[in-house]
Amino acid sequence: MKLSEVPIGAGAVIRHVALGDAGEGRRLREVGFVPGTTVVVERRAPMGDPTVYQVRATRFALRRAGADLVDVDQVERPQP
Amino acid sequence: MSTALATRPTQVALVGSPNAGKTSLFNALTGIRAKTANYPGVTVSRREAPIEVDGRPMVIADLPGTYGLEPISPDEAVVADALRGRIDGIDAPDALIVVADATSLERSLFLVAEVLDLGMPTCLVLTMIDEVATRGGHVDTDHLAAALGIPVVGIVGHRGIGLDQVHRLLADIDAWSAPVIGPPAEPEARAAWVDSVARSAAGPLRPDERTRRVDAVLLHKVWGVVVFVVVMLVFFQAIFTLAAPVVDLLGNWVTSASEFARSHLPGLLGGFVADAVIGGVGAVIAFIPQIAILFFILGLLERVGYLARAALLADRLMGRFGLEGRSFVSMLSSFACAVPGIMSTRGIPNERQRIATMMAAPLMTCSARLPVFTLLIGAFVPNRSVLGPLHTQGLVLFGLYALGAVSGLAYAAVVSRFALAGPTAPFLMELPPYRWPTAKAVALHMWEGVWSFLRKAGTIILAATVVLWAMTTLPRATHDVGATPEQRAAHQIEQSAAGRLGKAVEPVFAPLGFDWRTNVAVIGSLAAREVFVSTLAVTTASDERALPERLQTLRHADGRPVYDAPTVAALLVFFVYALQCLSTVAVLHRESNSWKWPALAMGSMFALAYGAALVAHTIVGAIT
Repeated sequence: MKLSEVPIGAGAVIRHVALGDAGEGRRLREVGFVPGTTVVVERRAPMGDPTVYQVRATRFALRRAGADLVDVDQVERPQP
Repeated sequence: MSTALATRPTQVALVGSPNAGKTSLFNALTGIRAKTANYPGVTVSRREAPIEVDGRPMVIADLPGTYGLEPISPDEAVVADALRGRIDGIDAPDALIVVADATSLERSLFLVAEVLDLGMPTCLVLTMIDEVATRGGHVDTDHLAAALGIPVVGIVGHRGIGLDQVHRLLADIDAWSAPVIGPPAEPEARAAWVDSVARSAAGPLRPDERTRRVDAVLLHKVWGVVVFVVVMLVFFQAIFTLAAPVVDLLGNWVTSASEFARSHLPGLLGGFVADAVIGGVGAVIAFIPQIAILFFILGLLERVGYLARAALLADRLMGRFGLEGRSFVSMLSSFACAVPGIMSTRGIPNERQRIATMMAAPLMTCSARLPVFTLLIGAFVPNRSVLGPLHTQGLVLFGLYALGAVSGLAYAAVVSRFALAGPTAPFLMELPPYRWPTAKAVALHMWEGVWSFLRKAGTIILAATVVLWAMTTLPRATHDVGATPEQRAAHQIEQSAAGRLGKAVEPVFAPLGFDWRTNVAVIGSLAAREVFVSTLAVTTASDERALPERLQTLRHADGRPVYDAPTVAALLVFFVYALQCLSTVAVLHRESNSWKWPALAMGSMFALAYGAALVAHTIVGAIT
């Protein structure tokens, strides 16, 4: 499934990050959205987009278009 | 080290992601000696400052914040190009300092890995190490240095802790080396490398509970929006109202200085010094209170961490118009004045959204349009009650504001879609932990905003004022014509270059109903929109107090009123759209680092203004 489809509060393990038309996916990989990494979906902005994700102790906001590039397996939220 | 190298200062560049504390370190190392310039061809600015370490001259350059060295859009290529010495006229750095936030060490290590790939002498400075301790973690810098193969120190940049270590490192810069074995290239192997380096050198941090609790409110569906609206209202009110008394005070001083010059210097020279020179300086300093307040509040919100949250809340809305969350703050500031509004776009990371935002900023109804609107609405719109306290005059004013805002957003969407084609970096915004900023950091931010405005735009605004003074004053009328001082002044301006130009363009503006008197006032308003009112008072041989009545009764030679309803409507709409402000053009030029964007803005907004005014003239003409 896509990272954008993971519900709030759940975790996900990244399988693949697509490059995107302009290579946007590369930037995601550069900040740590890399296969095997666990992402926690923290909260959505009140208007429904963007969404806040936690990756390796850093919190990033991504728009849906960005999160669509990330292919994941949903997992239980990992205990901190 | 060879003597040839010793004659040239050692170039050291700071590399790091946004929010890593790069600027704090830069300021702590260099004080306020920084020079700001633009990289050629892009809106990204570059700061550097000379320092001396143990008698050795160095130049520290603060590169724009970046998450990676693989550029997606042209403005992002600046960092990668600067590091490799591929920018004309800018030397490649001799050594690099990677600045990384110790509280998100793993994420930072990805950038460290990319910098290490460059194979240059490098060291790593970890910032915010105090927060690591308070969150129950630890970082072993020696261990990290061994794992990375480069020197590592930990600091608390804005409090000056650990700076002595950075100085010691800089003194020993010749000993920095690129690591013998770099990090693995393949993405998954690199991620494993990052995790293992981080795990071996640092203990896990407790989640930042304070930030989590604050975000539960500030990003809440209801309370988050309430706080957002309140913060933005306070912000807007502060720019609008806190600045006003200071601007008035400065204005009074400028007026006194002008009168003093006029009464002590003969004729034309007195006029030149009073109106062109002192008036021009006054035009520049009138912006300072607003810019100071804007940069103070933005610096505070940014350093506390709220600006990122505000951008998150507004992003969906602004995204529909090709903008992003941070554009909201710039647009809002532009309702006070487009000059600080355009300057605030510096915080928008992607060039596409940055340019689209600054291009739309002049369409937001700024406070300088208010005197024009107030004059025309007050004189020509009958004040009838429509519904309870709602009156026609208020509704017309509201309609003009709404017209500007809606048009501005649509304009941004068009600019972003058509004029700025090309790849854009994805929307990626870090939500930093909430932090208490130091007064010094906020004060420095404010000072930099004011200083860069004075240095970059001040001279252009001053020059524009002098030119406009000359146009409305020269050549002098050969005879005094008229019985009263007002009539003589009206005759004088009619004979001036602006007067002649105003008459020459009468055929162009005739479809809008503007006669030469209006045209001259429109030309004069290029200095600042509110100058329209004072210039119109001169061209109509009136004074500002009697102006509304004068405009109501002014007739053409054939007895038709000069200001009939269609003309007034056209004039109001014209001022909604026209980029009738050379200060805005100057700032647009400086912030976009080109003449292309200000030229496009002026041209397209004039076309919009003319077209919309023609439509308004036609419609009002048909229904009255």
